[in-house]
Amino acid sequence: MSTGWIVTLGLGAVTIGVKALGPVLLGERRLPTQILAALRLLAPALLAALVVTQAFATGRDLSLDARAAGVAAALVAVVLRAPTLVVIGSAAAVTALVRLFV
Amino acid sequence: VKATQGYRAGARAVSGLAVAIAAFGVSFGVLARSAGMSPWAAVAMSATTMAGSAQFAAVSVLAAGGGAIVAVVAGALLNARYAVMGLSAASALTGPVWVRLLLAQLVVDESWAVAQTGDGTLDRDRVIGAGLVLFGTHVTSTAVGAFGVGVLGDPTTLGLDAAFPAMFLALLWPHLGERQARRVAAAGAIVALAVTPLAPPGVAIVAAAGAAVVGSRWR
Repeated sequence: MSTGWIVTLGLGAVTIGVKALGPVLLGERRLPTQILAALRLLAPALLAALVVTQAFATGRDLSLDARAAGVAAALVAVVLRAPTLVVIGSAAAVTALVRLFV
Repeated sequence: VKATQGYRAGARAVSGLAVAIAAFGVSFGVLARSAGMSPWAAVAMSATTMAGSAQFAAVSVLAAGGGAIVAVVAGALLNARYAVMGLSAASALTGPVWVRLLLAQLVVDESWAVAQTGDGTLDRDRVIGAGLVLFGTHVTSTAVGAFGVGVLGDPTTLGLDAAFPAMFLALLWPHLGERQARRVAAAGAIVALAVTPLAPPGVAIVAAAGAAVVGSRWR
């Protein structure tokens, strides 16, 4: 089996299980407050990590390349409350233009 | 009749996102192919995982040369928030176990958000209406991207690799209104950059999750 299918089946199984955890197993019971507090903060922690690694990392190397210009454009779009599609589009367009001309 | 109205209300509430979801889906299909996945594996991942950020994270690990386990862990950690959302959804998703299992799959960021009733619980019919629209859009657009990759050309030339951090930035931004979340996000970013040169691709993202655990004790 290819790596792609292993990841598809593995991540699919884990996600289906995680989503089903509350509705199927726990029902009305609640987790300890400390665990809920940590889980709630996973989203900002992991999303921030994804932004910086995908903007500045290639494998184990850190670098400033055309992606950084694109993400800077995306940041401007986000601050201006542009629709998500515009945020993504501006990042892609600026990165493509920098690669084309620089 | 009442249920139908709820389905429609949920579907309508996310319809404005459909174009963006479709763009993510097409991008994911393209990225999955460039990471060496087969088109059907890409479509199957969208159908079973149905969580854009986790899928992008997992496939980004593969694209960067990381292994399957690291890819699954990176994606699974991003989906840990669904355990919390599932808890708040539990009371609304009534029925036999297999019905709860299926309906729970429709609870993703957007359907969870638009089905809020205001008292911390969800509206079952709105979850279903919104979830089905998101599922259909996500899977269909993934297929378009995955099977049409030759038509679109090299995603790097189109700057699509920068679309991913841009998308994560757009998803991160709404969290930053809260002081504690801002500090956790900053810590996550610093940890990720610090760990990147030291560990296999994807491990940095997993390590950044520690910021959430530490941050939950900050006040």
